[in-house]
Amino acid sequence: MSESQLFPDGQILRYSFYERFIHWVAGVSYLYLLFTGLAFWSPWLFWLAVVMGGTTVSRELHPWAGLLWVISVLLMYRMWGSEMRESRADKAWWGGIRHYIRNEDDEMPSVDRFNPGQKLLFWGFFWCGIFMLLSGLILWFPNWIPWSLRFLRYFAVIVHPVAALLTIGLFMIHVYMGTAAEPGAFGSMIRGRVSRAWARELHRIWFDQIVGGGSARK
Amino acid sequence: MSQVTLEIRAISGHAGSVPGAGVKREFEVCKLIDTTTCIGCKACEVACLEWNGLTFSETTFNNSYQTMPETAWNYWNLIKFNEHERDDGSLMLLMRKDQCMHCEEPGCLAACPADGAIVQYANGIVDFQQDRCIGCGYCMTGCPFNIPKFSPKARKVFKCTLCADRVTQGLEPACIKSCPTGCLHFGTKAEMKELAENRAAQLREHSGFANAGVYDPSGVGGTHVIYVLHDATNPEAYGGLPKDPHIPWTVRLWKSPLKWLGNLALIGGLVGIFAHYMRFGPKIVKEDEEKLRQGEKQP
Repeated sequence: MSESQLFPDGQILRYSFYERFIHWVAGVSYLYLLFTGLAFWSPWLFWLAVVMGGTTVSRELHPWAGLLWVISVLLMYRMWGSEMRESRADKAWWGGIRHYIRNEDDEMPSVDRFNPGQKLLFWGFFWCGIFMLLSGLILWFPNWIPWSLRFLRYFAVIVHPVAALLTIGLFMIHVYMGTAAEPGAFGSMIRGRVSRAWARELHRIWFDQIVGGGSARK
Repeated sequence: MSQVTLEIRAISGHAGSVPGAGVKREFEVCKLIDTTTCIGCKACEVACLEWNGLTFSETTFNNSYQTMPETAWNYWNLIKFNEHERDDGSLMLLMRKDQCMHCEEPGCLAACPADGAIVQYANGIVDFQQDRCIGCGYCMTGCPFNIPKFSPKARKVFKCTLCADRVTQGLEPACIKSCPTGCLHFGTKAEMKELAENRAAQLREHSGFANAGVYDPSGVGGTHVIYVLHDATNPEAYGGLPKDPHIPWTVRLWKSPLKWLGNLALIGGLVGIFAHYMRFGPKIVKEDEEKLRQGEKQP
């Protein structure tokens, strides 16, 4: 960890500009996908397609937004993949998830830059993204799938919404955690900075690495 | 058939009520195709192109009468020619006029997410409304007969309308009008079913086709286009007419249990999150800066 992660006012850089930028490419494209996708999901929400630029436009742009989203997810895999690997301490964290939910964070084991819940979120989005990409390509060009391969279309129409529903579940938790439930988290994804106390309490191992490394060089 | 109107019985991708559901008494229309008297003249194909004003496309040649491989977005009615070897070694040329079957339970309509892009009239005709179509192609996946076809130019899906425009005016569909052998008939479903059964019985009793029968598949609730076949036990021989057509199980799973489970989960998730915030609130990090500063040497 480098010195540049410590700001003179005591704040710590949690996400670089590149990380934040990619995150918001994914976030904005996901919102478009969510609203147009929900329009195609239920007749009761079809009006969303009208709001998103029109029904035909929504059908035309949804796959392109999907491509953009998948690309940003793959870039996240490149920049975060190694930090998202399961570690031995994760099991204890999941064992104490009850305390995490109740905001009894003193009872939780120390975690690195990403806690096991964030890792689950990441891999959930990653794998659902792969499945939505594959099924989405089939749904994008149904007229290119010959009648003899129609089973591909049959699977695509069920795989795509199932994977999408799973990501919506993750997405709701993610947005809640990132805004209302964890003050400081949203700001970390906008300007990239968190307070020392925030880092120490919620990501102790990561905090020790940065502060320890940072002070050692002084 | 002068009683026929276009009261709407079912609408795709539609939330709320349906204007013509169960309001009027109406005849259900039906087209009967007797494959045993078809001579493959393709007059019905030409009549369909002419009446509907469809654009022309290039034909292909594959050493048979089959000059188009399958129906297309601008070719809604196609005779499928099949050389079929019978058990006694003799050869039969099976000719089947292929077009939309106008299912009682249409898979296209079930799969369609666009409000009003596919409607089913009280008379049984299933019709696409291209101004409402979003071109997603889900109807192509829902259809067990490979009928809806995507136009890359219009970016919409097209198929046979059973000449709904003619039928409302008390006319028979264009293909029926053009048939020189009388192998095509049009009337109420009950009339056509009776005519078809009589013809099948005649074939069984007098023409040596022991398996002759009527094709009106129950897997899609019956169809408003029915066939008389020489061998009703082997519809696949007639250019891939499915033996037991039904809406694909993944489409049914997606449109019914998954839809309700998914909606419940979405609403449950929102309620759960709101409840969590009310019960536990945010994670407040104690800004214990002093303690932190004592712990480490600050610059």
